[in-house]
Amino acid sequence: MKMTYREAIRQAMHEALAADPRVFLMGEDVGKYGGTYACSKGFLEEFGPERIRDTPLSELGFVGAGIGAALGGLRPIVEVMTVNFSLLALDQIVNTAAALRHMSGGQFSVPLVLRMATGAGRQLAAQHSHSLENWYAHIPGIKVLAPATIADARGMLGPALADPDPVVIFEHAQLYNLECELPGDWQCDIASAALRRAGTDISLITYGGSLPKALAAADQLAAESINVEVIDLRVLRPLDTATIAASLRKTHKAVVVDEGWKSGSLAAEVMARILEDCFFDLDAPVARVCSEEVPIPYAKHMEEAALPQVPKIVAAVKQVLGK
Amino acid sequence: MTVPYAKDFAQKLLFDMLRIRRMEEKCAELYGEQKIRGFLHLYIGEEACAVGALHALAAEDNIVATYREHGHALVRGVSMNAIMAEMFGKSAGCSSGRGGSMHLFDAATRFFGGNAIVGGGLPLAAGFALADKLQGKQRVTACFFGEGAMAEGAFHESMNLAALWQLPVLFCCENNLYAMGTALARSEAQTDLCAKAGSYGVPTLKADGMDIVAVHEAMKLAARHVRDGLGPFFLELQTYRFRAHSMFDPELYRDKAEVEEWKTRGPLHTFSARLKAEGKLTEEEFLALDAQANAEVQASVDFAEAAPWEPVEDLLKDVHTP
Repeated sequence: MKMTYREAIRQAMHEALAADPRVFLMGEDVGKYGGTYACSKGFLEEFGPERIRDTPLSELGFVGAGIGAALGGLRPIVEVMTVNFSLLALDQIVNTAAALRHMSGGQFSVPLVLRMATGAGRQLAAQHSHSLENWYAHIPGIKVLAPATIADARGMLGPALADPDPVVIFEHAQLYNLECELPGDWQCDIASAALRRAGTDISLITYGGSLPKALAAADQLAAESINVEVIDLRVLRPLDTATIAASLRKTHKAVVVDEGWKSGSLAAEVMARILEDCFFDLDAPVARVCSEEVPIPYAKHMEEAALPQVPKIVAAVKQVLGK
Repeated sequence: MTVPYAKDFAQKLLFDMLRIRRMEEKCAELYGEQKIRGFLHLYIGEEACAVGALHALAAEDNIVATYREHGHALVRGVSMNAIMAEMFGKSAGCSSGRGGSMHLFDAATRFFGGNAIVGGGLPLAAGFALADKLQGKQRVTACFFGEGAMAEGAFHESMNLAALWQLPVLFCCENNLYAMGTALARSEAQTDLCAKAGSYGVPTLKADGMDIVAVHEAMKLAARHVRDGLGPFFLELQTYRFRAHSMFDPELYRDKAEVEEWKTRGPLHTFSARLKAEGKLTEEEFLALDAQANAEVQASVDFAEAAPWEPVEDLLKDVHTP
């Protein structure tokens, strides 16, 4: 069955709401408006205002309330419109949700799922376009997911809700309209990275909105007889280092593609792990393609220039291969 | 006003205040001996608030508190042994030694911390109340915070959510006049805290936080309102901390005369004097209660001293649920 990424997210939430009365959805414009990205269209009519809860513009307040509700026995899905706005709730996420289990000596788990859009590409400029997944991936106590395929959009929410600890799900805004066949085996774990394309010459390691770009680069390079392997991290915390290492032992070369800024990026963490675990397997220095170090600009040509793009990925691969 | 309680309950209130006082005096001493480290925020002077308030709540209610929460934890029923061991950093502590003085937690008594981000507990309390409302539970979530928290956005966001959704949460502000070293009037344009909270359409009440009877009666009224499903309530307890903000505070921001003036209203000696005047307490009974409190403190110190250190191999435990 063909479906969009948006519809896959919607179906996953619908299934969870229908299956478990403890599950409810809360966030800005999730109800009457149907969700900023229309992921909860029709839910208000079907599940009612108690479980499809429109909130005021109070990210700190309603994310904190989500934590409290999770502690109180419910399974909240809290939607924050974008990662940029989630900064207003960062205190509750980092100082409470992530820390509570540890600082209470293991007495309290926080089964909270936080969903938020991330990423650039729609000319929304410097306050709606950033990729801050790595900030969250830095924090012990939370899991960080980045579904980049229809199957993961459909499959990741279930295990995230079943997880007793806080899970943050990043949905790249450029992916919502992505449409393709939903495979029969869409059910998945939230622990492992995935091999999206097998290859032998070099590993392209990426996640989220950069996955389609990495796959397009791999197609283009295949036409030049360069056989690229593409790894989709999927889970940004904890990182599945074993899958990365297995790929590197085969290809001996890697380029990391990450829409975050280069300095302190998730790409930097992946590269560090490659150095720690695969140094003697490497045939060339590891390279990366990240966003340029500039707040994302409005003008289309400038925004495009700021982000990882297929030609940049192709060039980075060729450089590592010495071609 | 006559103390409207039978002798047993009146003495119970006094005894709980004594337990907090004696425990914390010992904590200050142990801090000097470096047995307790980190930040230590004493509640001395404010005991009537926790004791009066918590005795108005039921076992099934939720408590969310701040980093000045030793008293609340103790009165709620967390054992002094577990509190003391926590401050020593021992795994026998109520947070397994991972929290310390500022992060006392106890699932058994529904004591949810121990929050050291000013205002951080308020959204959480709204969430507990939301969970109870959605699950049809007639439970009160009591959220304690200082007046300093009322300058935080979290206060406004939480009041709005609680009022908008008519959540069963009791916001209990312990106004001790200073946010660390900043006096209320130096940080708030509106110093009438009830006016501030009341602007959300939430009913409010002010009570003398140095008078345990006033606190207990106000809290009973507030808790009944919340339990009856009439929505949130804001209670301001006007109190004063006799000791420094933390153990590192040289108290440059207030006059000694002001502290001395407030000490004349101290909740322990004023309440015991009232009970004596009403024939509900003799000096011998007072001394016996005090001795009992001191014995409990000494036993808790012995317990904490004797408790083993958690092995370092356990360091990464309890980051995630196994």
